[in-house]
Amino acid sequence: MSGPLISVEDLRVSFDTDDGVVHAVDGLSYKVTPGSTLGIVGESGSGKSVSSLTMLGLTRGPQAKISGKIMFAADPERGPEDLVSMDDDKLRRIRGNDIAMIFQDPLSALHPFYKVGMQLMETVLAHRNVSKRAARERAIELLGLVGIPDPQRRVDQYPHEFSGGMRQRVMIAMALANEPKLLIADEPTTALDVTVQAQILALLDGLQQRLGMAIVVITHDLAVVAEIADEIAVMYAGRIVEHAGTTKVFASPQHPYTWGLLQSIPRLDSPREEELVPIAGRPPSLINRPTGCHFHPRCPYVQEDHKRIDPRLETVPGDPGHEVACLLEADVRARIWDGLASGQSPGEMRPLAAVSKRSGAAPAPPHSRSEGHSS
Amino acid sequence: MAAYIIRRVLWGIVTIVAVIFLTFLLFRVFPTADPATLLAGKGATTQRIAMIRQELGLNHSWLVQFWIYLKGILFHFNLGYSYYTQRSVLSEIGTALPATLSLTIGAVVLWILIGIPIGILSALKRGSIWDRTAMIGALTFVSMPTFWFGLILIYFFAQSLGLLQIFPGPGSYVGFTADPVKWFGALILPWLVLALTQAAIYSRLLRGNLLDVMGEDYIRTARAKGLPNRRVVYKHGVRSAITPVLTVLAIDLGALLGGAVITERIFEIHGVGLLNITAIGNSDFPVVQGTTVLAAVFVVVANIGVDIAYAYLDPRVRYT
Repeated sequence: MSGPLISVEDLRVSFDTDDGVVHAVDGLSYKVTPGSTLGIVGESGSGKSVSSLTMLGLTRGPQAKISGKIMFAADPERGPEDLVSMDDDKLRRIRGNDIAMIFQDPLSALHPFYKVGMQLMETVLAHRNVSKRAARERAIELLGLVGIPDPQRRVDQYPHEFSGGMRQRVMIAMALANEPKLLIADEPTTALDVTVQAQILALLDGLQQRLGMAIVVITHDLAVVAEIADEIAVMYAGRIVEHAGTTKVFASPQHPYTWGLLQSIPRLDSPREEELVPIAGRPPSLINRPTGCHFHPRCPYVQEDHKRIDPRLETVPGDPGHEVACLLEADVRARIWDGLASGQSPGEMRPLAAVSKRSGAAPAPPHSRSEGHSS
Repeated sequence: MAAYIIRRVLWGIVTIVAVIFLTFLLFRVFPTADPATLLAGKGATTQRIAMIRQELGLNHSWLVQFWIYLKGILFHFNLGYSYYTQRSVLSEIGTALPATLSLTIGAVVLWILIGIPIGILSALKRGSIWDRTAMIGALTFVSMPTFWFGLILIYFFAQSLGLLQIFPGPGSYVGFTADPVKWFGALILPWLVLALTQAAIYSRLLRGNLLDVMGEDYIRTARAKGLPNRRVVYKHGVRSAITPVLTVLAIDLGALLGGAVITERIFEIHGVGLLNITAIGNSDFPVVQGTTVLAAVFVVVANIGVDIAYAYLDPRVRYT
């Protein structure tokens, strides 16, 4: 087993604006192994897109401050190289070649004046020394690969002549043009109808199995990552607040924000009278971030000291590979989630958190820890 | 597409007929200086003036006069005869048009060569010293009235009158066929007058468009594909940003071909614009109408041309 394909280490991205410094990404770390799928989940402004654009050097600019490392192992023999410090031209040769990206709105992401064939061809020609004829053949092959019927004819059409789903297929074809090792899909299905969403996700899944690339899916929609991700990282205010295998996140979520995301998904099997529970409040300002735990102004279980102490991402006791940044005790979190999962409201579960605070001062925590170790 | 073009051309003809009628109304029905009196000169007898009125056909009712005028266009295609030179208006325009063409086309080439690169560089180096300097320069040139800027250039650079005496001044224009070198020299200052103001407008327009376009999603896609920066900027960015500029260009070109009145006047270039204002001063109605109609034709043709060109420049545009 080789090392990770990409390893993000303490990535920080901030932008100087007229209103102040926007801390878009604030100490992000994760790894993606070859051929696996990571889902990054979070709401608008959680830094999920910025972190991925930074991977490709697309956030570079006079206003941007970027630190940390993104170690990418394009070639196992050369070893990993840092994309953050890489010069522009070298990074350009990785973009669209080793790492490719697809975007949310496939209509605005395609150039309106050029035929899709030409837009596919130039992706090939930018990285490979092949004839135009060969590039065109490749373009037709790619359109077929992503399930566009009649690619011989469609190759000479303009983006506006395609439907939304077909356009996203074109974007995927473009991303696959040079057989990337990593595909970043930024909200790949958000602009599409639900039925088309499922088709696109199935397509991505199938292509991954055939081509063996790793995928990072960025979305606000847990349902999307549930379908295709092996691991999920939940981001809030530029940081990962919870990170675990997909089944773990759905079975035993640890962070109150993740609970909120899960409870705001409508489910077919829930009772008709059960209401969805929205996450109260608004996404935090990335200029004046909340003190302590960044989620505290919206957290139903907030305690006084959570407003001061900034939680670190730590392994959940007894659950290796499951990390969470939350100041609540592990057993309290487990009990709250059990209550929420059985249909109780956050308001009803709130007193449990206060109990945890008191028990935290008393010699109770060793008990909870030993419990964690034994399991 | 064909149906669209036919419809546009028919409407264009309607527009031109309306222009003919309005010009006729303005100069012949509403009060103006009496052409017969002007033509007769100072101290002419009333009989002489009456005779001239008779000769010019000014005694007919204005409807009859309009019909005679339309006949001139439709059947003789000569736009009537000048009261002063007795030559057909068509041949008057034929004499004047080459000068206007030389002035306009040279200026257009010059302002494109200046305005487009400045616009692109300013957008790409937004906020830099270069951008600020260029945009302050552009604002300066946009703000200068042509008549004033023309006189300033003459004051500094014209050989006959200027302080530095570098370029030929007013009245030095000769036809290209007569003497290409003199033709070129005489047009340098007029070209500059027209081109610098327009270049300023075009550079600002292109800069703004390009800044908008470079923020588009498809530019991000082009970068994400790993295209070389030059290709991203020119093939993807400038290609989109320049399309609206071409529209403005065609309409400006149409308007200028109708006569760059002020520039021609200042530099005494006997083009269509100068022909037009001289005729207005003389109440030489047929010439006024002829030059006005010509200008209208250029504007209408330019507009139709732009709309047709747009279908080729932007594949999303389809006419039915």
